[in-house]
Amino acid sequence: MTILPDGRYVDDAPFDPKASLQDLERKDLDAPNWLLIWRKFREHKLGLISGIFLLLSYLMLPFAGFIAPYGPNERFSDHLFSPPQAVRLFHEGDFIGPFIYPLTAEANLETFQWEFKPDIENPQKLRFFCEGSDYQIAGLIPARTRLFCAPEGTTVFVWGSDRLGRDVFSRIFYGAQLSLTVGLIGITVSFLLGITFGSIAGYFGGKVDWVINRVIEILRSLPELPLWLALSAAVPSNWGPVAVFFIISLILGVLDWPGLARAVRAKFLSLREEEYVRAAEMMGASSGRVIRKHLLPNFTSHLIASATLSIPAMILGETALSFLGLGLRAPAVSWGVMLNDAQNLASIEIYPWTAIPMLPIIVVVLAFNFLGDGLRDSLDPYQG
Amino acid sequence: MDIFRYAIYRLFTMLLTLLVVSVLVFAIINLPPGDYLSNQIAELRSTGQTSGLAKAEFLRKEYALDRALWEQYMIWMGFMPGPQGWSGMLQGNFGWSFEFDRPVAEIVGDSLWLTVLVNLAAVLFIYLVALPLGVLAAARSKTWVDYTAAFVGYLGLATPNFLLALILFYYGNKHLNLPIGGLMDPIYEGEPMSLAKVKSILIHLIVPTFVIGTSGAAAMMQRLRANMLDELGKPYVETAIAKGMAPSKMLTKYPLRVAFNPFVADIGNLLPAMVSGSVLVSVVLGLETIGPTLLAALKTQDQFLSGFVLMFVALLTLIGTMISDILLVMLDPRIRYEGRDA
Repeated sequence: MTILPDGRYVDDAPFDPKASLQDLERKDLDAPNWLLIWRKFREHKLGLISGIFLLLSYLMLPFAGFIAPYGPNERFSDHLFSPPQAVRLFHEGDFIGPFIYPLTAEANLETFQWEFKPDIENPQKLRFFCEGSDYQIAGLIPARTRLFCAPEGTTVFVWGSDRLGRDVFSRIFYGAQLSLTVGLIGITVSFLLGITFGSIAGYFGGKVDWVINRVIEILRSLPELPLWLALSAAVPSNWGPVAVFFIISLILGVLDWPGLARAVRAKFLSLREEEYVRAAEMMGASSGRVIRKHLLPNFTSHLIASATLSIPAMILGETALSFLGLGLRAPAVSWGVMLNDAQNLASIEIYPWTAIPMLPIIVVVLAFNFLGDGLRDSLDPYQG
Repeated sequence: MDIFRYAIYRLFTMLLTLLVVSVLVFAIINLPPGDYLSNQIAELRSTGQTSGLAKAEFLRKEYALDRALWEQYMIWMGFMPGPQGWSGMLQGNFGWSFEFDRPVAEIVGDSLWLTVLVNLAAVLFIYLVALPLGVLAAARSKTWVDYTAAFVGYLGLATPNFLLALILFYYGNKHLNLPIGGLMDPIYEGEPMSLAKVKSILIHLIVPTFVIGTSGAAAMMQRLRANMLDELGKPYVETAIAKGMAPSKMLTKYPLRVAFNPFVADIGNLLPAMVSGSVLVSVVLGLETIGPTLLAALKTQDQFLSGFVLMFVALLTLIGTMISDILLVMLDPRIRYEGRDA
């Protein structure tokens, strides 16, 4: 800054004629698409929270064994249908850290039920980073350390135990491994089929389009569940849990693609008339290249949003199938399999905690819905 | 093309679709290796019981299960004479249930009508709930009415149907004295229709209707709200307000009519999901619809029974979709008859 003799101030920096007053705005306009989407998405609080929650849930999956105090099929035959044990911090007004009151079981010979009484004289502190039963991180690395375990000689059932005396809390974490991934595999299958058929129908038109369109219409007009039931009933009962799991996700995906294919087709019908498509064709690009490099990138973001919105349907589908006994079967653990225990009114009346797995289902499905809504709203950053 | 020709065209495409569906259904029920009878024969052989063998072999011949698959299909559908002459689905013979050892028609019997009844009630419920709530949510958008409606709607979408059913049953029984299970009081079963029976059925219908309809109502409400919001911003609404029309009259007279369109069209999209829901809910609640029959038949590979139930369920959805399509054309003059896919 120099002061001229006549008292004016002048900037010393050399004048750059290229620098524009609109620099700031320019930067915004040139920002990549994903940045704009992210900025807009950030304002959608509910969607953002849901997204973070889902991310954490999926990141947690490999470490389910670490968080859960017990193994998925570890049984405590003295503690069938044990009610939830609250983790407390204060004993008779004194803070002594997280502890539980041990339960003593007693058979009531009039109702033929086990009755559990907490021993409130005898608080037992929880152990942290302790040695539990063996498990594997991500199914590969053997480990024994668990986040927290029951005090010696007693049990910790944060959300109660089920009819075989297995810890509901632990099983929910193990169940998440299957219940949450079933949707991902299903959506991948549905995506591949939907995009392939949708783009072929939309791009080529004519007879192919007609045939694919009819198939879509027929599949869409059929009730899904009876078909799921019929297809899963066809899975041989002697297959292992992993094979059944993959088949179930395949079935869910195979029946889900028509909706997506329809959307892709509609989009292609309008986009294939664009000039850049003709230009690409004239330069000799093959149909496959035009579809993959020029057309699909136009609406990948839309596809992602619609995928997010159809994952919950698959999670609910797996739950329903397993609940009815046609999906995953024990010893596999999924939320639907767990709810199988809560199938009748009697168990909801007497052992309401066996229905706890419905909470993670509701929360996850809601989260996917909110995330999908948020994505859908923020996908057109240039709009509004 | 007038409305009748369109209706006939729609009927024709529906029949074609049904034909394709029948092939699909037949393929699916034949997917599991073996069939009910060959399983039974193997079991009888392994346990050394020879008395049932002759009957099982006889049934196998009688129902053409020893023939090639495509022949079985043709006979099942009634396109080709089987061992009993022309008697397939087309001729009104729905086959034989091996599990129950009775004709399929006898087993499903009443439950067909009850299935239709349950689904009709659910459609009615969807309309009755979604219409006022959707309009209200749009008219009072971004207020607590809107948010409450959205929240309830989301919860309805996210709760698995069968759990909702169990919970509602439990609390309905505990606090409102609603009956548990079944579609009518056991004393009315097999009785002729009477006022008391109708009343009993209606009371039993409350929870199932609510459960099956909730997710559909939620989806439709959101759609209607979005459409209404689109319309509410248009100049003609402003004009109506400016000339001093009462808000309720203005809403029903102009924007609602325009936004109403998907309300009818959507039922076609919702129906498959609803029928699915009703199957599941029936299993959980033990309603005498064809849901539990289907599940049992699928588990025991009772192929004619499960095949018939699947076909019936598909037919139900197709008819519903067709009716909604025809209604739509009648209600909305802007829609061209020549298919909407052009």
